[in-house]
Amino acid sequence: MSVRVQEQDFDVSAELALMRRGNPKIGAIASFVGVVRDINEGDSVATMTLEHYPGMTEKAITEIIDQARGRWEVLDALVVHRIGTLKPTDQIVLVIVASTHRGDAFAACEFIMDFLKTQAPFWKKEITPNGARWVDARVTDSRAAERWGSVEKA
Amino acid sequence: MITLLYFARLREALGTGREELALPSGISTLGALRDHLSKRGEAWAKEMAVGRNLRAAVNQEIATADTPFKDGDEIAFFPPVTGG
Repeated sequence: MSVRVQEQDFDVSAELALMRRGNPKIGAIASFVGVVRDINEGDSVATMTLEHYPGMTEKAITEIIDQARGRWEVLDALVVHRIGTLKPTDQIVLVIVASTHRGDAFAACEFIMDFLKTQAPFWKKEITPNGARWVDARVTDSRAAERWGSVEKA
Repeated sequence: MITLLYFARLREALGTGREELALPSGISTLGALRDHLSKRGEAWAKEMAVGRNLRAAVNQEIATADTPFKDGDEIAFFPPVTGG
């Protein structure tokens, strides 16, 4: 299990290969990549800057992975989240979950992503033609996390 | 002393991201601290207002208005998160 917060880009294939070769019990790997969009709330986005809370961010994501491990069979998991300045088409976040079978890998990957969106301390600031603005939290993200039911601390 | 951290919109509006503060007497919960900070001036009153959607953490654990804190703790205030 691994959590990284970094400015530099990540290589999805390299990370997948590394996880796959790390454990011969792995039968399924699910991955998710979040990407910077060029339009948000109707405005074009030139760049965005991601800020985080060093220390707490890594702890919060580790706790989310631990909660996923309590619900599904997770043989390995990796979360990489970028910070700093990003532009449309750039990769922002990578979640990879390995399990014996696909059901657990898919579910745990989605769970980790849903809780990362609502629990991990990151904040986006967008530069648009109308100026810079902090992105507001979305109600749809809270609902996505809520549908997993109550989450006990691992 | 306690360490106070402010992030994102809050950091910009308050003009600071970090400060050390002598533990204010009679204040032992996050809700009371928020109320205390809101009396520092216009920007503080606006950002720390009760109706403002703020999150907080004590020693890097999510906390609520009732959460107690003590000398030496790291306390953070920030807007709802928007990563991913």
